[in-house]
Amino acid sequence: MKTEVMELLALLVPRKSKFKMNKFGILMGLMSLLFVACEDNDDTASQYMATPAPLEVPALFVDKILPPVIPEDNPQTVEGIALGKKLFFDTRLSADNTLACASCHIPQEGFSDSRPFSIGITGEEGFRNSMPLQNLAFNYGEKFNWDGSANSLENQMFEPVKNPIEMANTWLNVEATLQSSSDYPELFEAAFGTQTIDSTLVTKAMSQFVRTLISANSRFDQAQLGLIELSPQEQNGLNVFLDETRGDCFHCHGLPANPLWTDNAFHNNGLDAQFNDLGLGNVTGDPREFGLFRTPSLRNLKFTAPYMHDGRFATLDEVIDHYSEGLVFSETIDPLMKTISEGGVQLTDSDKADLKAFLLSLSDDSFINNPDFRE
Amino acid sequence: MNKIALLCITASLLFACNSDDDNNIDTESDPVSVAFQFTQNWDGNEIQNADYETTTYTTENGTNLKLSKLNYLISDITFTAQDGTVYDASDYNLITARTGGNADFTPGIEIPEGNYNVSFTFGFDDEDNQNAAYLDLNSADGTWSVPEMLGGGYHYMRMEGTFEAAQGNTETFQYHTIRANKHSSLPPDMTTLEFTEDTSFVVDLGTIEIGNSTQIVVGMNVAEWFKNPNTWDLNVNSSVMMPKYELQIAMNENGSNGAFSLISATQE
Repeated sequence: MKTEVMELLALLVPRKSKFKMNKFGILMGLMSLLFVACEDNDDTASQYMATPAPLEVPALFVDKILPPVIPEDNPQTVEGIALGKKLFFDTRLSADNTLACASCHIPQEGFSDSRPFSIGITGEEGFRNSMPLQNLAFNYGEKFNWDGSANSLENQMFEPVKNPIEMANTWLNVEATLQSSSDYPELFEAAFGTQTIDSTLVTKAMSQFVRTLISANSRFDQAQLGLIELSPQEQNGLNVFLDETRGDCFHCHGLPANPLWTDNAFHNNGLDAQFNDLGLGNVTGDPREFGLFRTPSLRNLKFTAPYMHDGRFATLDEVIDHYSEGLVFSETIDPLMKTISEGGVQLTDSDKADLKAFLLSLSDDSFINNPDFRE
Repeated sequence: MNKIALLCITASLLFACNSDDDNNIDTESDPVSVAFQFTQNWDGNEIQNADYETTTYTTENGTNLKLSKLNYLISDITFTAQDGTVYDASDYNLITARTGGNADFTPGIEIPEGNYNVSFTFGFDDEDNQNAAYLDLNSADGTWSVPEMLGGGYHYMRMEGTFEAAQGNTETFQYHTIRANKHSSLPPDMTTLEFTEDTSFVVDLGTIEIGNSTQIVVGMNVAEWFKNPNTWDLNVNSSVMMPKYELQIAMNENGSNGAFSLISATQE
């Protein structure tokens, strides 16, 4: 916002204008003072503004939820998004030039990974399933990763590059690699006004691209817009989803009034009696948060198997069975898990099938096939 | 008579007309905003973040419980002067008690100093409880909305936790208050809803002197939700309260019967 105001003032106020003490002159004088006070003459990069490219927020989102979170110091631009996309698919971010972000956040797999655990450059497995990337600009709490360990999208980008079981690189090496390339310096100059490449600008560009990954064209979205009708099975599945006696999925995953289909909050959903991964509790150190993981969106489940933070469930049927009869008690279990002593709410086979049909109606083929999101 | 003289005379007439000692309203000084703080206690013992999931509370029925979550919505903080003049910002505030989120709230209205009856609404009344009408509430807590088949609108309160069941095992509870909705049969769907009934209620904090830096502290005694007039047995009703009309009425009765009170009103 500050940058935009300065740009506007720069257009309005000539730097060496002559003042006349009339109202216009006083106004212009005050605006000039404001401009001069804000101006940072020493940093040409900070003054540079590439071509603005505001996020195209779907009508369903505009009508129902708050605007996306865009950091003031990283506005969306045409050049920044293009650079971020190139970086997202570039294996040169990894130490041995074999892995890109897209290697574990695979577009046709909903920007997730069909393997329970992705494999790093050393061949070592990770220990959590790759989270799908979609609608992340609408994560208002800005807690990213399964365990909330990153407090902004930009900060999230720093970790995988240097993680020894992922890309196993150093940022110094990434910066040097990109700096010595034939194309990146000019692309950074176009995006940020400088040919000097650093990790901050790399993460900014990739974040701009990831924020464009908006999914809002599922069958359910189309039904919400009145373009199609849900099948009777999908409609009944929605009822199961919303019914407290059966699914009661909506208290964590939202309902049609919130098209994100996640609360982006952290829950213990009754997977284990003992934890081998403390999740959020490992980040905060609070025993009350041991075994809590971020609620994933229900969008694009068709493409994002396996499920849960550790990819333990290969199919949606297994997920539904878990909530129906597989719940396990532990000290931090979320109160939204019901009838735990019986394993869950015991859905009928018919309700399970309908619930699955509804969940699949939230998948968006146009999202994974969008050429803007492909290499 | 020049413009300045006319302005002075008009202003003096205006002040003379509005200076109403009988109403205890001071319109001569600058209008003021009023700060509120919302706190929670269990029969007088303050509930703090550290108490969630750790401190055991015993209900009137003798059931031991632990709280995990307590979020609630208040709206329409209203200041009524003694002459009946009403000042109402028509705003709302969703409080996240565990973390203290929005516990401090200043309504978006400035009023003349003086004595007022102060009140607010727990939840939304029907006029405000419009389906999916508030983008921030749609976006909050996954969604603060209520499914349309349960009458739509928004939750008033989500109180959640665990309790020691009569059989000795630990079970969960979801004490969710919403607009009461009556169904011809359960489970509910869009065809079973017969009618809804506004179960929000007005909390009257009494007469409070409002100065230029007044802070009003409101307390919720959580124990009251389980106490009076309906002694609540979590072994009987711990889940699936949203679609049950009689339970929403009962929760309304308990909440409106002393769950909220004025803790203090101070001039900073």
